[in-house]
Amino acid sequence: MRTNDVMLKTATKVVTFIILMFAVHIFFAGHYTPGGGFVGGLLTASAIVLLMLAYDIETVKKIIPVNYVMLTAIGLLIALSTAAASIFFNVPFFTHAYDYFDLPLFGKTSLHSAALFDLGVYLVVVGVTMTIIQTIGEDE
Amino acid sequence: MINLLLFPILIPLLFAAILLFFPKNISLQRIISAAAAVATLISVLFLLLKVKADGVQAVTLGSWDAPFGITMVSDMLSVLLVLSATIITLFVIFYSMPTIGIDREKSFYYPAVLFLLVGVNGAFTTGDIFNLFVFFEVLLMASYMLIVHGGEKPQLRESIKYLLVNVISSALFVAAVAFLYSVTGTLNMADLAVKIPQIEETGILTVIAVMFLVVFGFKAAIFPLYFWLPGAYHAPPIPVLALFGALLTKVGVYAIIRTYTLFFTMNIAFTHELLGIIAILTILAGCIGALAYFDVKKIIIYNIIIAVGVILFGIAQMNEAGIEGALFYLVHDMLIKAALFFLVGIVAVIFGTSNLREMGGLMKTYPVLGWVYLIAAFGLAGIPPLSGFPGKLLIVQGGFEGPQFWGSIVVLATSLLVLLSAIRIFIYAFWGEPVKTVPLKKRSYYQMFVPAVILVGITVILGVGAELFMPLINGAGEVLLNPSIYIDAVLKE
Repeated sequence: MRTNDVMLKTATKVVTFIILMFAVHIFFAGHYTPGGGFVGGLLTASAIVLLMLAYDIETVKKIIPVNYVMLTAIGLLIALSTAAASIFFNVPFFTHAYDYFDLPLFGKTSLHSAALFDLGVYLVVVGVTMTIIQTIGEDE
Repeated sequence: MINLLLFPILIPLLFAAILLFFPKNISLQRIISAAAAVATLISVLFLLLKVKADGVQAVTLGSWDAPFGITMVSDMLSVLLVLSATIITLFVIFYSMPTIGIDREKSFYYPAVLFLLVGVNGAFTTGDIFNLFVFFEVLLMASYMLIVHGGEKPQLRESIKYLLVNVISSALFVAAVAFLYSVTGTLNMADLAVKIPQIEETGILTVIAVMFLVVFGFKAAIFPLYFWLPGAYHAPPIPVLALFGALLTKVGVYAIIRTYTLFFTMNIAFTHELLGIIAILTILAGCIGALAYFDVKKIIIYNIIIAVGVILFGIAQMNEAGIEGALFYLVHDMLIKAALFFLVGIVAVIFGTSNLREMGGLMKTYPVLGWVYLIAAFGLAGIPPLSGFPGKLLIVQGGFEGPQFWGSIVVLATSLLVLLSAIRIFIYAFWGEPVKTVPLKKRSYYQMFVPAVILVGITVILGVGAELFMPLINGAGEVLLNPSIYIDAVLKE
């Protein structure tokens, strides 16, 4: 039976973008305040799951044509190579580097290598969560 | 290179991530996973030389000072175990190629094996009790995947039990770590070794020590917590079984060795006597199982449990002979178990069944296989000059020097039962009237047989050349008996 889901679909179109923006905010907030790549990744995954609930897996695959296993692998490589940079400087693994830069629009900004590592974590979390949900969801 | 001790963890991780990109390209998967294991092996050999020359290596991640940052420590014990684990993984990868099947190879089998190696090597190397939990989870995740991989009916049934047992023991692990932290205020193992002797109320620490024994006992399969092991290990295919049987229980054993020599030494009269008694019960329970079954896989699986008991009995003595014997036996057992699983795997493939009653007469068609199996079986039972002998001799000596001399008698007597259980496979499968066998291509037979022979060869060298390896074992035992060496290396005081 097809239910009337106009409300859900209309709301989703707006809410998905709000969630995604919030995910980006949480991701960057993570360095000094609560947040980070893990929570950001979960929020992004929740936005995609909302799309799947409102439409269906096939449509979402057309909107976001991403192989989530690949996404996990890319995330792992980014995280690993960021942390592994410390090997070349012969300092303990995971040692981070940061400096202050004057960027246009942002002004004085501190840029951390830890943010790159967090980007890797973000991709791994999105990849793994979506792989799990897709595998269960496709299993009819 | 202060990060050298991390390489055995990072190399398999890097290659596993790369392997995720092209799951369907089997030849690339095979080549790259074998290359990953070889590269890891080379890095471990460098690390072994470094540890032998310069003593215990330690690095605290992220440049946060030790006890606050997470410390990774590589002493002789850890590097020997990492070396054995890497060798076994390398041979399991070679053994998998002809046996595991195309379908499994196409769905992330090799990355899972490498992720398992990441967890095992990490657990052997870490110097932080919570980080130990993290690496336990890494290897458990990989093992969940491997045990269910292929999705056959017995695999699905057993993986539910395996998951439940491990989820419960992991929850207990976190609870035990929380208790330990609330009493001592630290999670760094070296720092724990400093703080615990200063605490006067040993009662609560004894309770925590026993809790950790339960947690690691689930993983190591000690009496009476081994109930999940025979069923769960019987389900997956032979290469996975060899990997699990050789590595996973040993990680639990290593965790018991580390915690019970480094910091849970405040009440040896109680905790180590308990450990000794449990070890003896484990040996007896394993013997009953090994003699009761007519299934080749089950017989060797119960021999895992016996070996866990023998090793822990040596550790419980807390004297030089007992601990060195246990360490030698630990390395020997990892290698010989992998070799035996490979060999019975070939036997099971040839007969198309793992039931001993339906086997017979293999000596006429595969004589070399028979003799290699016999050598491995003698090595398992500890017949001199093979590799089981020096370790068991030292453990028995340690028992006679310690308070639990009766335990040594049990270890000696059960050696005969171990021999009997392993020889039963030889008698049933290789002697007697030939029965119908499954035709096997020469090429795939040799692909299975060569890794097994090389592993048996390594154990023979380990036994005959025990004199050569004893300095390494002595070095490992020295750190366990004098925790101050470990503490100084980590806290750099």
